[in-house]
Amino acid sequence: MTRMQEVTHSAKAEGTFPLMGRPSLSVNAITRRRKQELITGAVLLMVLALLPLPIENSYLRNLIVVTLLYAGLAQGWNILGGYCGQISLGHALYFGIGAYTSTILFTRLGIPPTLGLFAGAALAALAALLVGWPCFRLSGHYYAIATLVVGLMGLLLVTNWDFVNAAMGITIPFKRESWIDLEFRIPIQPFHYVMLAYVAVAWIVAYVVEGSRWGFIWRAVKDDVVAARSLGVRVFLSKMAAAAISGAIVGAGGALYAQFIGFIDPDSGLGLSVSVLIALPAVVGGVGTLWGPLLGAAVLIPMQQLSAAWLGGAGNGVDLMFYGALIVALALARPQGLVSLFGVHSQAGGEVVDEP
Amino acid sequence: MTPGLIAQVAIGGLLLGLIYALVAAGLSLIFGLMDVVNFAHGQLLMLAMYAVFEIHQAFGLDPLVQLPLVAALLFLIGVAIYRGLISRALGVRFNTGMVQVFVTFGLSIFLVGAAQLAFGSDFRSITDGVLYGRTVSMGAIVLPLSQLAAGLVCLVAFAALMLISRTEFGRALEATREDRDAVALIGIDRDRIFSLGWGIGAAAVGIAGVMLATFYYISPTVGDNFALIAYVTVALGGFGSLIGALVAGLLIGLVEAMTALFFDPALKQVGIFAIYVLVLMVRPRGLFGRL
Repeated sequence: MTRMQEVTHSAKAEGTFPLMGRPSLSVNAITRRRKQELITGAVLLMVLALLPLPIENSYLRNLIVVTLLYAGLAQGWNILGGYCGQISLGHALYFGIGAYTSTILFTRLGIPPTLGLFAGAALAALAALLVGWPCFRLSGHYYAIATLVVGLMGLLLVTNWDFVNAAMGITIPFKRESWIDLEFRIPIQPFHYVMLAYVAVAWIVAYVVEGSRWGFIWRAVKDDVVAARSLGVRVFLSKMAAAAISGAIVGAGGALYAQFIGFIDPDSGLGLSVSVLIALPAVVGGVGTLWGPLLGAAVLIPMQQLSAAWLGGAGNGVDLMFYGALIVALALARPQGLVSLFGVHSQAGGEVVDEP
Repeated sequence: MTPGLIAQVAIGGLLLGLIYALVAAGLSLIFGLMDVVNFAHGQLLMLAMYAVFEIHQAFGLDPLVQLPLVAALLFLIGVAIYRGLISRALGVRFNTGMVQVFVTFGLSIFLVGAAQLAFGSDFRSITDGVLYGRTVSMGAIVLPLSQLAAGLVCLVAFAALMLISRTEFGRALEATREDRDAVALIGIDRDRIFSLGWGIGAAAVGIAGVMLATFYYISPTVGDNFALIAYVTVALGGFGSLIGALVAGLLIGLVEAMTALFFDPALKQVGIFAIYVLVLMVRPRGLFGRL
């Protein structure tokens, strides 16, 4: 009897779900835990909403905005990379598509970015499906390399595409103060709330899918593809669904980023370092967990930004050494993610695959 | 566009393809052995090129003379990476696949930073030596001696790799690849085989780096592009297949050169990517892959 069957059987028999290698929790306990998570989320949201009030330093406030953005992006990546277990190293493609779509709609046609970001998200989701179609036939490292190559292919094409200003990039001109156009003379304060809303939406999407049928299917696909397939899970379809949701969230983030910075070019939109920065917070915080991407972003992004500002000012590479060593150290020291420090265990963890 | 020019560009592409093949062979060897993708592979190439440059600056040693030296140096670096990082990453109990990816990724970022710190961000090149500035002409075809030599040396190194894979050690590699736990029962030290695999893989990149340094610029990020081509080469040839790496390397060198000649040099990689997508669609395991 496979584990999946055991799960369903024992669930039917006793009304319990053995939660991935941990002592069995009753369905009530799961409901209670999810309720607690919702409350924690609401409290955190309020704290984050008040956070900028006492902070005067604009560099620090800017840092918080960027951290919020990457928390949302990582939450998006986590849907495909964490819950579904497909390690993508090419998510900058969706980020870039979102950024360029809303920017071009705004600068060429005057369509406000508040609408453009949905167009960007939709196109990014479409791109994720197009990439997924050939790539989801690959598994493990083959998939990771395919996404890496496809992402860099996008970078190369955009760098040589005159319609989007090729390597020059696009500057978004400031016209007037407007929430609809997301244009502000001093963008830090309003964008704190824009990015906070973005993180909140990304978190809610993750929260909903985690508890949904899809969430269970993805974790099954991640843990054991063969067992999942034998139980009638349509593996390819489930991966495509995860890719579309993941791509859409990251695409929307790209649109917001472009509007926040007021400029987009191939490297800042589709560069490999963007792909890495989207994936890393989830990896550092804890893949396949609800809080991992947030915690990972809160730790990693300030460290990365501050080290770049303090150590890398002279372009001497010390910041890269620090950043690289940090990635290695965190991956080796806390492979299950920083959330484990708080007693949260990766529900989607691959660690239970081989357990009897 | 004369046939002579086309032939010259084609041969140039094939010679570069031999370098691609050797870089890819190192990657493929490591992957085939232990299912680890070395995302710092391009940085090993970069380190080899800087080693050649610095030794050349300090002692005036001709790059060709440095071949065994740099190969040995890279062998040691490869072993050190395995002992220091990869063996730990393999021993991790959670998310093993993800840890491997990000450990080598972090290492690649670290090495680029270290190179910037040690050697600066300026582009360097080696402008003397027995190979520098000489050409060989065969009828209408004129080739730089350095590229011709690079192609030949890479071919020889490739032949050596093939020979190694047929020795006792090669069979031990094969056995470890097949079942890394069972080999312990017949007295094969898995850790030792894996270290040697990393050493040989890195040494192959070292040889490619020495020959590349005789005609190519050197910078902290020079490896990025070659690594990318190596991933595509390995995917095209089939992961774990040496002969696949050779055929795919030659094919990619040729396609790259032809795309640059007939279309736009800026788009020369589009041809490579087009091949990659085609392989992905038609034959995901690559030309010679076993998957």
